[in-house]
Amino acid sequence: MIGQSLADLLHGFGVALQPENLIWSFFGVLVGNLIGVLPGMGALSAISMLLPLTYTMHPVPAVLMLAGIFYGSQYGGAIGAILLNLPCHPPHAVTCLDGYPLTLKGKGGTALGIAMISSFVAASIGIIVMIIASPLLVRIAFKFGPAEIFSIMLLGLLAGSTMARGSPLKGVAMTVIGLLIGAAGTDVNSGALRFTFGITNLDDGVELVALALGLFGVAEFLRSVNRMAVVGGTAKMRLRDMRPSRAELRQSLMPMLRGAAVGTIFGAMPGTGPTITTFIAYALERRLAKDPERFGRGALEGVAAPEAASHSKTQVDFIPTMSLGIPGDPVMALILGALLIQGIQPGPELITDHADLFWGLIASFWIGNVLLMVLNVPLIGIWVKLLQVPYRYLFPSALFFIAIGVYSTNNDLFGIWEVLFFGLFGAVFSALDFPIAPILLGFVLGPLVEENFRRALLLSHGDIMVLVQRPISAVFIAASALLIVLQIFFRLRGLRKERREGFFGRKILVDPGLE
Amino acid sequence: MTLAGFARRKDFIGGVLVLLLGLGAATQSAHYDIGSLRRMGPGFFPLALGVILAALGVMILLTGRRASEEASAPYRPEWRGWACICASLVAFIVLGRYGGLAPATFATVFIAALGDRQNSLRQALVLALSMCLVCVVVFWWLLQVQLPLFGWG
Repeated sequence: MIGQSLADLLHGFGVALQPENLIWSFFGVLVGNLIGVLPGMGALSAISMLLPLTYTMHPVPAVLMLAGIFYGSQYGGAIGAILLNLPCHPPHAVTCLDGYPLTLKGKGGTALGIAMISSFVAASIGIIVMIIASPLLVRIAFKFGPAEIFSIMLLGLLAGSTMARGSPLKGVAMTVIGLLIGAAGTDVNSGALRFTFGITNLDDGVELVALALGLFGVAEFLRSVNRMAVVGGTAKMRLRDMRPSRAELRQSLMPMLRGAAVGTIFGAMPGTGPTITTFIAYALERRLAKDPERFGRGALEGVAAPEAASHSKTQVDFIPTMSLGIPGDPVMALILGALLIQGIQPGPELITDHADLFWGLIASFWIGNVLLMVLNVPLIGIWVKLLQVPYRYLFPSALFFIAIGVYSTNNDLFGIWEVLFFGLFGAVFSALDFPIAPILLGFVLGPLVEENFRRALLLSHGDIMVLVQRPISAVFIAASALLIVLQIFFRLRGLRKERREGFFGRKILVDPGLE
Repeated sequence: MTLAGFARRKDFIGGVLVLLLGLGAATQSAHYDIGSLRRMGPGFFPLALGVILAALGVMILLTGRRASEEASAPYRPEWRGWACICASLVAFIVLGRYGGLAPATFATVFIAALGDRQNSLRQALVLALSMCLVCVVVFWWLLQVQLPLFGWG
């Protein structure tokens, strides 16, 4: 079976190296990197802004480009975190802890170099896991009926909303709101209109791009306008500074591998956000270190492990998204949405019916990561300059890109009203400490959850017990129940020891909204 | 209630909002055909979600902590920024409809730029004009967006 996978992979390289696909992949990586570097912009805003561009494209280059944007922006985020202590992208908040002290010590270049190498190594490991695990998962997934799909989606949604930071209850509430937003529009089974309030523009449901740009673009601007701290960094970076010494490489090798392992494990678990993964990788390194007090003062391990974790997770995240149709985090939800718009239903059939897309994507990951290494070395000077673009120029321009991007989705100005509405909605709820990202997860999965729930009960003649009578489904339901019980348990324990010391010794200020 | 009080009662306000949204969704769904478990109508799923959401709202209300332990920073309203961001999007919709792409772009960027206290009128003007240039070259000429550059009504 592995042999078959390798043959498929070779075919995938053939697909990914086709000039058209290669160019779009390169474009995605470059733009993703560029947007990721800009303060206050992350993978989510980058992908949603460029999503309209893919509508007219062939599905393969479209997905290759979106994936490129995703890991490109992750690379970009590390630069701001290390050089300017700006965790504009939450998963990099941990990287700041040791990355910035390294910059202060004049070792910022080395930290960047290590971050890049760890990302590359970890991504490669993630890709290998993907090659081995996907066909296995597909074999299981073919046994799935509507009941199983509903149960695993339930598990994914629960995990996604409770394991992010912040209150689990609030996370679940946001997921349910997302599911409700997903239900708006014409019901596919009966043709009835739901939640359209007489507005004909809503007959086709809420526009994915408008929702994402509202929640992650406009809401973010509303929150940070006039609040973004002014950065006066004058970091100069030369190529030479970026090459770590042999001793430094040896020092960060094991953390890199351990980080990649953490990322792989968490990537396979649906719903665990990237931020929590990087935190765990960092905590693990600190626990294992002989001299933990070095951490927080510029330990290379503290850069290598989290960066590796976030990148291997990125790759492994694609496995459930592509083979089961269940996105692990909001970014994956967006990519899933893009696939659905292209008329491709992710699931086990995707790997057999659209083999070129799946294996081409895997191959392009590797090509994209090589491109990133090559790109980042000469362009680091430009990225550092970009980091200093003041926010007051950035967000007005971004608002224009959002407006025109949403308009061109359907050539309809109504979408911009949706952006405004969800922007305000997201800003209000994130001001109330609700996590925003689960809304997107719920929105994308909503129609699928409903469809499978209805079908499962239709097949069982209305017997809801079908969900626990079929063994695979029962496992997922049990896992969901366990998750809820654990949350209640932690909650009660947390109440007992009120005011305990923060988990990581010091409080890190990141937005709960973006996780 | 003042905005200073807002920060201290986040869980309360959040819980009420969630509860109201849930109740709203449930009552709205009750107008659609509910059907039965065996044959669900379009109203079944949203009704169930609405009820769950309302229940979650109640739970958030009950478990809500006083945020005093978080020593939450006083919530500083930013009316100028907020108003300008909203107005900038509205300007794009209105001018896109009645004025064309170029005026819409200019207004969107200009109004949003004024939302930041550090931007001078001149800087906002320069930024808006340069975005217009980008818009004409990239979106109108290269990508051929459907909006006319200038339109009168």
